[in-house]
Amino acid sequence: MPAEIVKSIENGRREQTPAKAHNPKNKKRSLLTFLRDQRAMNWVALQMLMGDRAKYLALIFTIAFSSFLIAQQLSIFCRIMDRTRSQIVDVRDADIWVMDPATQYIDEVYSLKDSDVDRVRGVPGVRWAVRFFKGQPRAKAADGRFRVAILLGVDDASLAGGPEKSKMILGSVESLRDPDAVIIDLAGYHFFFPGQPPQLGKTFELNDHRAKVVGIVDASAPFTTFPVFYSRYSVALNFVGRERKMLSFVLVKGDGRVPIAELCRRIRAGTGLQAITTDQFGWMTIWYYIHNTGIPVNFGLTVAIALIVGTVVAGQTFYIFTIENLKQFGALKAIGTTNLRIMGMILLQALVVGVIGYGLGMGLTAGFFTIFERQDATRGIFLLWQVLEATAAVDLMIALVASLLSIRKVLVLEPAIVFRG
Amino acid sequence: MEKAVVCTDITKSFGEGDTRVQVLRSLDLEIQMGRLAMLMGPSGCGKTTLISIIAGLLDPTGGELEVLGERPGTFKPQDQILFRRENLGFVFQQFNLLPALTAAENVAVPLFVAGESRARAVENARHVLSTLGMGDRVNARPSQLSGGQQQRVAIARALIHEPRLILCDEPTSALDAQAGERVMELLCTVAVRPERAVIVVTHDNRIVDFADTIAHMEDGRITHIERGAALRVANGVLA
Repeated sequence: MPAEIVKSIENGRREQTPAKAHNPKNKKRSLLTFLRDQRAMNWVALQMLMGDRAKYLALIFTIAFSSFLIAQQLSIFCRIMDRTRSQIVDVRDADIWVMDPATQYIDEVYSLKDSDVDRVRGVPGVRWAVRFFKGQPRAKAADGRFRVAILLGVDDASLAGGPEKSKMILGSVESLRDPDAVIIDLAGYHFFFPGQPPQLGKTFELNDHRAKVVGIVDASAPFTTFPVFYSRYSVALNFVGRERKMLSFVLVKGDGRVPIAELCRRIRAGTGLQAITTDQFGWMTIWYYIHNTGIPVNFGLTVAIALIVGTVVAGQTFYIFTIENLKQFGALKAIGTTNLRIMGMILLQALVVGVIGYGLGMGLTAGFFTIFERQDATRGIFLLWQVLEATAAVDLMIALVASLLSIRKVLVLEPAIVFRG
Repeated sequence: MEKAVVCTDITKSFGEGDTRVQVLRSLDLEIQMGRLAMLMGPSGCGKTTLISIIAGLLDPTGGELEVLGERPGTFKPQDQILFRRENLGFVFQQFNLLPALTAAENVAVPLFVAGESRARAVENARHVLSTLGMGDRVNARPSQLSGGQQQRVAIARALIHEPRLILCDEPTSALDAQAGERVMELLCTVAVRPERAVIVVTHDNRIVDFADTIAHMEDGRITHIERGAALRVANGVLA
């Protein structure tokens, strides 16, 4: 090579990158400078990651699939569990539910005596207390379609315990005062009258008694997916047939002067009945289903498998990726890259696939729920923000675990490996 | 003349007890600045271990090592890395280029490591590659380059931060004779400067003519030293 070219190289370099003599003081830099200096190496890390297209995509899709499964299953589980208390949370006007002391959840009720409501009314601090009925008659439409339904009987006089006015799609709560009047939930209406627009005046048989639809409500989806009917308490008793004791619950409103917890205690002490807040009853019902059904095990198993498969596959793929780049990492170490910087590069790689995989997984989950929220059976099931956050934390954990083995491998790597052919 | 490397009574062993292997045995070696020195010897004689110790990638079991007038063995680990980053350049047998980066980006890696901005470092790298006759391949990835071209990129990478000592491990063993000769010519003309030394580990007899000094090794010791440089001096490239 001609000497002038050599000189040109030397001159060119000198102009742009003056040579540095070794001086330990050079290493004393601010954190800001350190982070700024990382930028080019971070870019190298991303190029290394994305350069191996197959593993890059495998990592992203593993995390995306794992995120999708975790978020989708967790959201469905949470919403299904929430459905078990739907008839409780739909009662907005009461503070306290009073029931038989042995009651475990809303779907199995041992009825109270009618006089119990008067005993509750006598407790100091109670503003009002009303009867509330929950039963399961058979509902049959004119064309012969039938289903077991959830029938809720609300107070005859005040209609307390009835659906919220804002949830009414058609008709009014006040129409429950008409003879044989019922309000049906929209999903139930769709079952009995498929393809028909919501319309009042339709009639049913409820356990051989005529019932007339005076309202359609957007009630919370029940756990059992049965249609939900509202009627007055006295009408409900007629529908299901008389027994000696029919009172399912007493709904209580406090007078505002006594704390609700104290009022519950007073009712328990004064009546010997179980008195708990709406929130407590809701959670009691949820915990009953969690403890006594296989639902959490099924969903938990899917989530656990998604977590394990996600972590193992992502970890393995990332580890193989690192092993295949071991010589390159060795060369970087030989050239003068510190362990800290290499650790930063690997963590960045893991973080990038984690974030992209998470985004893709959440996109898939959101798409899934967007499609299925329009179905009657899956209405009210959506991606919870808590699940979004929990999945992000899980993905971060997967990415960190996946990178840990790789980091260890690179940290203990002797840079002298580059001299071994 | 300033000394680039001084090894005094260097020993190196691996393992302990019955599995202990003595790789270097009381090795003494001096390499002057402005020289291309070759370490030659059969496989297992300790060449790679010696170059790794000189590079600061392995610690000797005993003896004293002086590199560029400093004793890296006395540095803190962080200072050793800094010393290596600033003063040493490497050319590897298998090139060890990053497959995802272009030739120019690979050359720029030592500047990236030193904290240079990407744009500026790549611009410098393009300039160096152009002067090495690879101006038309700056955007090629290693997989698109021949072995000889990859080694030229590796040489450019070793030079870009102007190190004072370049360590080459079998730089021609993965190349055919013609490409190997071109690579050595490049090393001699571009890398060897009065303020810089180049050490080449090799067992390739075809390239001995490029050496100023040849240290022959056997069984962990320097057996004898030859003075060479006939070809380069004859070409008059380096005065």
